[in-house]
Amino acid sequence: MSLQSTSSLESNLEGLAGVLEADLPNYKNKILRILCAVARLLPEKLTVYTTLVGLLNARNYNFGGEFVEAMIRQLKETLKNNLYNEAVYLVRFLSDLVNCHVIAAPSMVAMFENFVSVTQEEDVPQVRSDWFVYVVLSCLPWVGKELYEKKDVEMDRLLSQIEGYLKRRVKTHVPMLQVWTAEKPHPQEEYLDCLWAQIQKLKKDRWQERHILRPYIAFDSVLCEALQHNLPPFTPPGHMPDAQYPMPRVVFRMFDYTDAPEGPVMPGSHSVERFVIEENLHCIIKTHWRERKTCAAQLLSYPGKNKIPLNYHIVEVIFGELFQLPSPPHIDVMYTTLLIELCKLQPGSLPQVLAQATEMLYMRLDTMNTTCIDRLINWFSHHLSNFQFRWSWDDWSDCLTVDLEKPKPKFVKEVLEKSMRLSYHQRIVDIVPPTFSALIPAEPSFIFKYADESASSLPGYAVSITVGNAIKNRASNEEILTILKEVPNPNQEDDDDEGESFNPLKIDVFLQTLLHLAAKSFSHSFSALAKFHEILKTLTDSDEGKLHILKVVYEVWRNHPQMIAVLVDKMIRTQIVDCAAVANWLFSQDMAHEFTRLFIWEILHSTIRKMNKHVQKIQKELEEAKDKLEKQQHKRRDSGDDEDMDKNSEDEEGQLEEQIERLQEKVESAQSEQKNLFLVIFQRFIMLLTEHLVRCETGSVDISTPWYKNCIERLQQIFLMHHVTIQQYMGTLENLLFTAELDHHILAVYQQFCALQL
Amino acid sequence: MSAKLNALNSDSYIDVSQYRDQHFKGNRYEQEKLLKQSHTLYVGNLSFYTTEEQVHELFSKSGDVKRIIIGLDKIKKTACGFCFVEYYTRADAEHAMRFINGTRLDDRIIRTDWDAGFKEGRQYGRGKSGGQVRDEYRQDYDPARGGYGKLAQQHPAGESRNSF
Repeated sequence: MSLQSTSSLESNLEGLAGVLEADLPNYKNKILRILCAVARLLPEKLTVYTTLVGLLNARNYNFGGEFVEAMIRQLKETLKNNLYNEAVYLVRFLSDLVNCHVIAAPSMVAMFENFVSVTQEEDVPQVRSDWFVYVVLSCLPWVGKELYEKKDVEMDRLLSQIEGYLKRRVKTHVPMLQVWTAEKPHPQEEYLDCLWAQIQKLKKDRWQERHILRPYIAFDSVLCEALQHNLPPFTPPGHMPDAQYPMPRVVFRMFDYTDAPEGPVMPGSHSVERFVIEENLHCIIKTHWRERKTCAAQLLSYPGKNKIPLNYHIVEVIFGELFQLPSPPHIDVMYTTLLIELCKLQPGSLPQVLAQATEMLYMRLDTMNTTCIDRLINWFSHHLSNFQFRWSWDDWSDCLTVDLEKPKPKFVKEVLEKSMRLSYHQRIVDIVPPTFSALIPAEPSFIFKYADESASSLPGYAVSITVGNAIKNRASNEEILTILKEVPNPNQEDDDDEGESFNPLKIDVFLQTLLHLAAKSFSHSFSALAKFHEILKTLTDSDEGKLHILKVVYEVWRNHPQMIAVLVDKMIRTQIVDCAAVANWLFSQDMAHEFTRLFIWEILHSTIRKMNKHVQKIQKELEEAKDKLEKQQHKRRDSGDDEDMDKNSEDEEGQLEEQIERLQEKVESAQSEQKNLFLVIFQRFIMLLTEHLVRCETGSVDISTPWYKNCIERLQQIFLMHHVTIQQYMGTLENLLFTAELDHHILAVYQQFCALQL
Repeated sequence: MSAKLNALNSDSYIDVSQYRDQHFKGNRYEQEKLLKQSHTLYVGNLSFYTTEEQVHELFSKSGDVKRIIIGLDKIKKTACGFCFVEYYTRADAEHAMRFINGTRLDDRIIRTDWDAGFKEGRQYGRGKSGGQVRDEYRQDYDPARGGYGKLAQQHPAGESRNSF
């Protein structure tokens, strides 16, 4: 059903209402199901479908009643299943049905009153009452006028209750969710505060709302003849411990009316139009994110687009999602591809808005959250790679005049590094002005300690040549290990008889030589790791061994962080090193000078994710084994008295029980490893940060160095990116690590994190 | 109305294409079954100079890459413009079909398609000259794919017996 012009929309609606009415006797249930689904899944077309329901109700009162009942059932289901976003759309649909004379205004007000009464509940998470308040407020742009006309006293009381709640709400979580720490030029407002301000303004404007497309107005003469239904009294379901209410959020704003140079003016940040436009654009993305061409087309054909600077709204909403904390609603790469599609569809206007946005984001880097900067780096470099890396780098030459650790030059450096990964070194040299040479990444070449005769004085030199030849001649593992026995151990006076203890030089010689031979590509290096897996496992049997192997990988590949990352990944997956070793290595003194580089954090987060996936995998195996056992037991119970079957069944059950016991142990061991990983990481952060804070305090120096900002935001990032897993360990964290003795700067991060779930 | 509901769940970018591997060992049904469950993508229209590292960087944006196999000229054993990318999960491969297919790598629009799974031997081009079949017959000049198509190289336009 197209929305080309309002007049064709109206005739479509009328026609469709006629067809459906005729179909009602035979297809009533199907029609009910479809309309309910549309209400839940097409919120951006809300008013079109409420009008349709209105027309059907006018023709068939019973159908209207059944639809309302079906909607209430669906609402209960979605709330039970933690589908809070969809529940909002359902309630909004119901509220717009008031405008279509399907639902009586007083009964809608009663539902809202029940929702708001949740704010009186005690001992419930704040996010619970937040949600009920949000639902009511977010319906008011659509139905505020009508409800106020019919029940102004009740509505005033309602709003006053909401105001009281908003005043007592705890907002500790807000700093953790803000994209920028600066208040200027646009404050990053807490979402409920912003919506409240918008509704206040709407009320002041006497509920005059002109943006929402309301097809039902054209049908007023028909609709006002219809009989209305009363919503059944709706008690909000009680709080359940496993409820997952939506997390609080911050409203992302980067544009205002000064930014769109010509054409329609952008509605103000506290205007209800701004809320409705953003809501609708978010809904379109939610509906069509899987199909980028459709998504782009739907965004660009937003109804009422001629009255607003649509390109600016679209770009703002997309970046808002991309930078959302803890994480974007959809996978990052979707936004890159969507923006490319939009540029294709509007080549004369959208690229310019995007360039303007990029420029603004660059200018505000100093106060941008580190996690958001990461995403900006990844987006920008990937975007550029689709447009021949064309960019006016000279515009950013101001970044060359400051300390290279500051956010702006750091950003450019990381962008160039990522751009190089998608192209090649010379390309990067070619695309930037010569003045940018300090920011160009190193050529990603191998650094071989034992390369040539100039290294002949090094203790491992001779053996490296022998081992190298042995590898080239396809010597066996035993032969190679024998050769390696010749490597002196710098940690010991006499060589260990067995040669078994940790010998860093042995690891160094073998690994450097091997990786040098395999340096040609990722595949070559992976083959090398696989072929000599046994030797590597032997060499890295101890924790020190694991740490040292990581050290060597870094030494040889420090110009090629991408290679380091894939090798570390492979070594974890083939159990040459474990996750805790990687964490300890990244936080070690040897890596301190790289601590603020993006690749370090990509490795750490990838390591944590592997650990998490591993635990989930074994848990799933355990669940499956338990299910199998249950099925087996049922089968035996139902199979009767066959003795043979019984015996076989018992054997099988016995095997399954053994398997379950083994898996149970495996799960516990994996969970213990996972918990230990987080403890190691948090401990290291606390040590580093405390050291810095104490040093600054004793030296009376400002703590806010670029390093500190990076470090504290990386700590936040750990909490945000892995909040689901970390939730399990809150008790330990509070008792062991994040105690009251901690410096308040560090403790604040922990407290903000806790506030997200309250 | 039903059509509209189906449109709500539309996910056409992950659909299986019309292409079927003629060398596949098994019937059409088996091939389709594998394609629908596959974690492996065929990637086409690569430059001969595109490296495994570049492929890894791009395709990692949709999830963890398990393995990349660069397609090789059967005779020269050099890259001949295609590769396979295998993911650990189907979901990650689907994201690649939705968001990496049809975008640029090394300045070229690349194309991804479901693959029934890598088997030894499938890393080689099947064209007579050793490269991909498409490079046998194409008429255009593509400097990143060896210049003119093989046929056009052997029968340059000016000497073509079929031209007038």
